[in-house]
Amino acid sequence: MKRFSAISVVREALRGNSAWPRQWRSPEPKPRYDVVIVGGGGHGLATAFYLADRYGVRNVAVLEKGWIGGGNTGRNTTIIRSNYLFDESARMYEHALKLWEGLSRQLNYNVMYSARGVLMLAHNIHDVQSFKRHVHANRLNGIDNEWLSPQECKEYCPPLNVGGEMRYPILGGALQRRGGTARHDAVAWGYARAADALGVDIIENCEVTGIRRAVSGGVEGLETTRGFIRAGKVGVVAAGNTSVVMNMAGVRLPLESFPLQALVSEPVKPAFPCVVMSNTIHAYISQSDKGEMVIGAGTDAYTSYSQRGALHIANHTLDAICELAPMFRRLRMLRNWGGVVDVTPDRSPIVAKTSVPGLYLNCGWGTGGFKATPGSGDLFAFTIAKDEAHPINAPFTIERFREGVMIDEAAAAAVAH
Amino acid sequence: MLLIKCPFCGPRPEIEFAYGGQAHIERPKDPMSLDDEAWAEYLYIRNNTRGVHSERWRHINGCARFFNVRRDTISDEILVTYKVGEAPDAVPEKDRPTKGGAVR
Amino acid sequence: MKYRLSSGGQVDRSKPLRFSFDGKGYSGFAGDTLASALIANGVHLVGRSFKYHRPRGFMSAGSDEPNALVGVGDDEARYTPNLRATQVELFDGLVAESQNRWPSLSLDFGGANDALSRFLTAGFYYKTFMWPAAAWKRLYEPMIRRAAGLGRAPTAADADRYTQLYSHCDVLIVGAGPAGLAAALAAGRSGAKTIVCDEQDRMGGTLLSEREAIIDGLPAADWLARTLQELGSLSNVTLLPRTTAFGWYPHNFLGLSERVTDHLGRKEGNLPRERMWQVRAKEVVLATGAIERPLVFPDNDRPGIMMAEAARTYLNRYGAVPGSRAVVFTACDSAYRAALELKGAGVHIAAIADVRPAPEGPWVERARAAGIDVRPSTLVTATHGRLHISHADLASEGASSSETVPCDLLLMSGGFTPSVHLFSQSRGKLGYDEALKSYIPQKSVENERSVGGCRGLFDLGASIADGFGGGLGAVRGAGGTPVTEQKIPVFVQSFGQDGFIGALNGKSRRRAWVDFQNDVTVKDIELATREGFRSIEHVKRYTTTGMATDQGKTSNMNALGIVSHALDLPVPKVGLTTFRPPYTPVTFGSFAGQSRGKLFDPVRQTSIHDWAAEHGAVFEDVSLWKRAHYFPRQGEDMHAAVRRECAAVRNSVGIFDATTLGKIEVVGKDAAEFMNRMYTNAWTKLEPGRLRYGLMLREDGFITDDGVVGRMATDRFHVTTTTGGAARVLALMEDYLQTEWSDLDVWLTSTTEQWAVIALQGPNARKVLEPLVEGIDLSREAMPHMSVREGRICGVPTRLFRVSFTGELGFEINVPMGYGRGVWEAIYAAGKPFDITPYGTETMHVLRAEKGYIIVGQETDGTVTPDDVGLAWAVGKTKKDFVGKRSLARPAMTRDDRKQLVGLLTVDPKVVLEEGAQIVVDPREPVPMTMIGHVTSSYWSAALGRSVALALVRGGRARIGKRLHVPMAAGNIEVEVVTPVFYDTEGKRLDG
Repeated sequence: MKRFSAISVVREALRGNSAWPRQWRSPEPKPRYDVVIVGGGGHGLATAFYLADRYGVRNVAVLEKGWIGGGNTGRNTTIIRSNYLFDESARMYEHALKLWEGLSRQLNYNVMYSARGVLMLAHNIHDVQSFKRHVHANRLNGIDNEWLSPQECKEYCPPLNVGGEMRYPILGGALQRRGGTARHDAVAWGYARAADALGVDIIENCEVTGIRRAVSGGVEGLETTRGFIRAGKVGVVAAGNTSVVMNMAGVRLPLESFPLQALVSEPVKPAFPCVVMSNTIHAYISQSDKGEMVIGAGTDAYTSYSQRGALHIANHTLDAICELAPMFRRLRMLRNWGGVVDVTPDRSPIVAKTSVPGLYLNCGWGTGGFKATPGSGDLFAFTIAKDEAHPINAPFTIERFREGVMIDEAAAAAVAH
Repeated sequence: MLLIKCPFCGPRPEIEFAYGGQAHIERPKDPMSLDDEAWAEYLYIRNNTRGVHSERWRHINGCARFFNVRRDTISDEILVTYKVGEAPDAVPEKDRPTKGGAVR
Repeated sequence: MKYRLSSGGQVDRSKPLRFSFDGKGYSGFAGDTLASALIANGVHLVGRSFKYHRPRGFMSAGSDEPNALVGVGDDEARYTPNLRATQVELFDGLVAESQNRWPSLSLDFGGANDALSRFLTAGFYYKTFMWPAAAWKRLYEPMIRRAAGLGRAPTAADADRYTQLYSHCDVLIVGAGPAGLAAALAAGRSGAKTIVCDEQDRMGGTLLSEREAIIDGLPAADWLARTLQELGSLSNVTLLPRTTAFGWYPHNFLGLSERVTDHLGRKEGNLPRERMWQVRAKEVVLATGAIERPLVFPDNDRPGIMMAEAARTYLNRYGAVPGSRAVVFTACDSAYRAALELKGAGVHIAAIADVRPAPEGPWVERARAAGIDVRPSTLVTATHGRLHISHADLASEGASSSETVPCDLLLMSGGFTPSVHLFSQSRGKLGYDEALKSYIPQKSVENERSVGGCRGLFDLGASIADGFGGGLGAVRGAGGTPVTEQKIPVFVQSFGQDGFIGALNGKSRRRAWVDFQNDVTVKDIELATREGFRSIEHVKRYTTTGMATDQGKTSNMNALGIVSHALDLPVPKVGLTTFRPPYTPVTFGSFAGQSRGKLFDPVRQTSIHDWAAEHGAVFEDVSLWKRAHYFPRQGEDMHAAVRRECAAVRNSVGIFDATTLGKIEVVGKDAAEFMNRMYTNAWTKLEPGRLRYGLMLREDGFITDDGVVGRMATDRFHVTTTTGGAARVLALMEDYLQTEWSDLDVWLTSTTEQWAVIALQGPNARKVLEPLVEGIDLSREAMPHMSVREGRICGVPTRLFRVSFTGELGFEINVPMGYGRGVWEAIYAAGKPFDITPYGTETMHVLRAEKGYIIVGQETDGTVTPDDVGLAWAVGKTKKDFVGKRSLARPAMTRDDRKQLVGLLTVDPKVVLEEGAQIVVDPREPVPMTMIGHVTSSYWSAALGRSVALALVRGGRARIGKRLHVPMAAGNIEVEVVTPVFYDTEGKRLDG
């Protein structure tokens, strides 16, 4: 791997930028791998990287039906935070956040992790109670999260409409200063490049069409559009298509796939200093390095794989944004797109072994998977390499639904009396 | 915004409806006789079909009735809507949504 | 040099308009755009590019413009950044400024980036800025952010308003160029309800700058006028100029953005700035035309280099002359027409450099005949001029030497790219046309047809015929009866279909721009492919080509061509980036529409709301409702008011508006059976006239709602729900009733809006109420706790509940909503001798917490079972089934270390715990600490003279009597675990 640095940028530029090598190879699939990861998104590529880097498994392939990072990795609003309520979630996302903080240097790829702070706004008394519960739980878990008064919210994020005429005025907010954003594409590319350098084969345009199981029941390999690939172990990380892939192994899941929209404005000079989320009026916003306001909201109502959503969802997202920051009313939407998110009954992920020996599953991140990318990859790699869950992802089994152990962050912010 | 044909009221925009999830999942007659696995299957396991999906919608801002829809989840095209208890194939062709434009 | 023709075009020379650009005053005419007016003033330098801050001029004359972005507005509340000067209609007093430059447009320090461009290639930022780690946040990122962005966001709230409307039509025609107008004639004459929209201020498209064509025996301009007049006279046709169809959503649903007032300058009247039309069309005719492609050659980005068709538009439509001495660089015939027309207006055409080896045909002949120097196989190999082009180097292909030709204008044309954006958004299938070097529509998916230029028909006659036929087809598709096919004769010199995509003279060391706004050059794209970015989506994302505010309208096909060449793959193998809405940027305010301020969400108010407001209530939002939170008197804060209100209820009587509680009338022969199945409780034996606390679970076993239910008759229940849960509960009931138990004879009716509910609570409640009530014996014996009677109060029919959520003697008086305030005031008056006190939700919360009554959503959070909160008594043990019963038997639901509701008393009685605070066993444990629960409710109890709290604690009931700890940031708080009833533990006061 040719190291990236200011020096290499200058040196190569002086040579006409003609000697930069490929960031990752485009190999033909080998007949057999120790581990095959299905899905070349951020989570899948991270899994491959950590398998090779931390757990000594280097005969690894990542199969991607399109181009890497082309699913939710390249479609999300890149919010990173770890101030979750329940211990299980908090540990999971904090594990990821710690990895984010050193990721650019670990991968030698600037993923532009920007700790701009994530401010979650409260608009009614129930929100205040709920967010304070988060703040207290986070503090005892060693996770930064602090309560800001409306005026402190305004000082932290000057465009906010505090004290103006709002249907649901801002009553305060919970701020995680270490939270922020990152450059989503770079995460996929950085992991791909680093994994490739460790010998991982990243195989694009290779769609899995079947999961072959041995007589014993265990996984034998994968039928793909580029032929059969034998695999010691298979990890499925195919957000948006998890049910489809797992059906090939005869595994049915507690999952539904919904469209999730996001949009950006035309780029403007720096005007919004942090990430602001408002669950009550359904919108979130940050400004990208490029200057675009990056905006998202909740899912559409119905399950769909169409990767597009309805106009009225965008309307309701932007009316909320215009309430929060009325000076942005004259900004213009530049691009609006949709992704497909897998949602579990408790909206928490599954990172676990399955009932099929040698088949591992990482799915169900819903609308919040990007922030977990490094942690999810690391824990999933651990689970695959050791054939057992890491203590952090141990609670995130499929069986929890049978037993009734829900990790329900959304329900914990239930409707007020 | 989808255009959904309520079998009772006719075609209406999606915002008049509430989505009701996968159709034809019958609540077990005697839930207590089910083991945990079977109960979890009823509660949580869904086809999540990529393709033609049978699902429930409710015309909540209209007649308030539940009905069933067959929709292609890749294109969002609605193939047929039918009443609870009705067989989808029984819906006459003329009462189905028109499909597709010019083919060149 | 005069840059404005003295006649011709569609500007109104009798209406001069003043405007300013970067502080300098200019004048133009009515009908001008900012771009045409600046060109008519000889101004070409209008902007700076994103990365290298290259000086830029006008490249196009339409919505595809990548360079000429300006900020418009002299008033911060109406300032708009990033507008294309080519679309800004001139008005008197318009103030515009250039962007992304400092200190000035002509002297921009950011231009230093240009000299460093070789270090700033595609994706360079992914490779550096990583050391030292802390510098990213403090130094590099702020630097990058300051450099990025184009215009600046306004700093004041927008003063304008926006509106939205829905519309339905038989035929929606997008684009009012020749094909679209022909389609409109066909649809309009057939009587179809037709909407025609066009993004420009005038309809006509290319006809607006057409000089030669004869259509139906008339010059193009006259045919256009006649056609618009005819369409305008048809009542079934709606013409929407200045209206961009920006997005196609499933099922023939399109979003249209109409710009209503921007072109008027200072606003008059109360018109909205923009209207968003949401149109459901039975059929859509796309007549969106085509966009001329730039040629990608060295130094192709200087001011004065523009599209050949743009120059024609400036000249023919606006009478604005974009230069005096032009070089034309082309790969197709149409630029010859531009050259001839410019020459006719007095512009010297220095040469036509044609990339084709042997250009021929009528247009080439006409150019030669006019004495223009036509040079086949000739490329522009470089251009010169700092702020405006001054020379172009021309060389025969393959030649080593070039000729430097002076010029102040360079026209380019690489052919035309059909605008398939909306077609692609509709999920129609595109196919690559090798001759056109473009993608064109192949198969429609929705009820749609593309006509004219947007499907590759560039000949005017063919386009008009196609449009008319498409209009007829759409009428047929919409179920109408089309008029007969009509031939519209068109006489015009047609063009071939030549075009070019990719890089010309790719070996040059000079940079050639592909995406002008984002400063993506051929070298960047080649670098990306060299680094392994092979999918066109990767190339786009790595280089940012096609991601600027023009969304690649002029650059995408060239980028594809370059990638195709670099990878040695045919274009269709490289792939195509997805077209996404909006077609051109659309104002946020337009999406938000009227949903703003008070109108953001409906406000629900009870009939007693105004009384509460008049009596100084502070309100809180609970779902859509406004509820009185507390009633402060002069000088009281919330705590003081709540202490006083609590004392009043405990000592005498308080009055509370409980109208917002959800109410559902459950009626029918099988009503009791239905209630048995929906609620955990048993209902069969509940006698008419009695009340029961009802608890509802979701099928997964967790509490979703609760409320008091009255049995009004054997077949009739009056169900109440939480304020926020009303809709959820009714939906859940309807779901089971309609889809699982449709055999039950039960009817459900929401009666939330039908009943006003007045809670009268306190030891004197009966005394206050008694004189007002007719036909009901309120005595303890006749009407015990948890009973309901029907009768009259103040002459009004009432359902009178004897019920308490305070622990005191209490009544809830249901009266028809319209009588709410009247009855409330009568009770209030009757209560005066007892110092009756109105109280709000906060006091209600304190009083019920003192009694250990839960609030769903506060003690419960969607993960709580009945037993967790001590409500096992409300679960019918003998019932075979109810919603949620099976789930309660799952392993994790029955564990005894679940979190259970307990009371907490702080060891220091003056300390009030914070709601949400976490509970631990060992306060000395290092972080992360083991949390065993949290405080759900916590108040100062005036009645007890100390604080009280409710909490969910792991294995809590077994810890009663033990000490636990609540570690706060400011220090640890020690608490004792107690049963969750603090006041009147024996419940005697209920029977007061």
